[in-house]
Amino acid sequence: MFGIIPVWLDISNNMTRQIKAVSLISGGLDSLLATKVVMDQGVHVEGINFYTGFCVEGHTHAIRKKDRAKPKRNNALWVAETLGIKLHIIDVIEEYKEVLINPKHGYGANMNPCHDCKTFMVRKALEWIDHNEFDFIITGEVVGQRPMSQRKDTMPVIARESGAGDRLLRPLCARFMPETLAEREGWVKREQLLGFNGRSRKPQMALAKQYGFEDYAQPAGGCCFLTDEKYSDKLVDLWEARGNKEYEMDDIMLLKVGRHIRPAKNYKLIIAREEGEVNFMQGYRNRFISIKTLSHSGPLVLVDGDPSDEDLLLAARITARYSQCQQEEEVEMELCSPNQDTRLIRLKPLPVSEMPASWSV
Amino acid sequence: MANYELDATGLLCPMPVIKTQDRAQELNAGDTLVVYCTDPGAINDVTAWCRINGHKVLEARQVEERIIIKLEVMH
Repeated sequence: MFGIIPVWLDISNNMTRQIKAVSLISGGLDSLLATKVVMDQGVHVEGINFYTGFCVEGHTHAIRKKDRAKPKRNNALWVAETLGIKLHIIDVIEEYKEVLINPKHGYGANMNPCHDCKTFMVRKALEWIDHNEFDFIITGEVVGQRPMSQRKDTMPVIARESGAGDRLLRPLCARFMPETLAEREGWVKREQLLGFNGRSRKPQMALAKQYGFEDYAQPAGGCCFLTDEKYSDKLVDLWEARGNKEYEMDDIMLLKVGRHIRPAKNYKLIIAREEGEVNFMQGYRNRFISIKTLSHSGPLVLVDGDPSDEDLLLAARITARYSQCQQEEEVEMELCSPNQDTRLIRLKPLPVSEMPASWSV
Repeated sequence: MANYELDATGLLCPMPVIKTQDRAQELNAGDTLVVYCTDPGAINDVTAWCRINGHKVLEARQVEERIIIKLEVMH
């Protein structure tokens, strides 16, 4: 087994330093392999992971009671630890809003602005390498693997529009891409880079086996809620009801939990589906009107929007319908305002037959 | 050498990791930081971040619903 020989850069006055690259680490197999391929050529690599708020990693598993006992690992951290590299996790929630609200290249099958998202992340990586005196950027993109951002025609656009240009290296499919700065300068050898292409993950899995990597995140797993149809429907519903595309972190989180019911444009109900969601949603009672059934067991419900008194009565009847009292003639409900003023009312649960399917978001 | 605390309760991962990372960058080698979290995943994620970035985990435990992680900044 040969050791890895570091690659050096002459900086000035006979001083040298090791060539350094930053790798976009999503936590998936491709970013793991792309990083390893470059590390094996003697380049110092550190990882970078951008947190948009829409990452699938972690969140709902920390909310649902059945998942709290076995927390899911953060795959980006796992990749970094497996490779023995530093990982910088950057909060880009605020900046990402413009990407999501106004993507130049539009959305994919759902509300996923993948092309603009990748351009944004590469641009942020470029800012990072310039600030930290690194030399180039690595991504695990593979030409032909994803329908929006990883196509032969879109990948050069991403490199150009991000500003990274030839400082962006895609080691897994470099043989299909124009030569980059790292290759021209001899920092990496093109013949030791790869020519993966297409949607099959078999080449990556074979390479992982060769490296001895096991227990990596399953390939082709969705890493972003915006690719999820149901989540996207709820996001669009939120924007349409509000009449604008603004959102806060709490909105992103609440779209991931509960059953969302919209009886009218001016309000919707978020109905907790299990104990973990009840506990999570308790934290929002100082922001929303909340409803719960007092006389029977039932979920916590948050009311998002601007309901009238008549709307709140309907909301309470819907809450009762999801409680253990659907057949009762009269149940006792508590309505609580954000400033904790409470009102008790008695009413009849709404029959299922009076709940149109169109109310479900 | 100074001792600091970080309240990351109510935050879901990776926010406890990000907050720990950002706070640790402001501290000096030898300083300690106690991070309080409520996301059960934080006990794995924050300690993994420490290992990856070369900081020493002095303590990591769960007391009822609270996760308490004490780390020493190494650089």
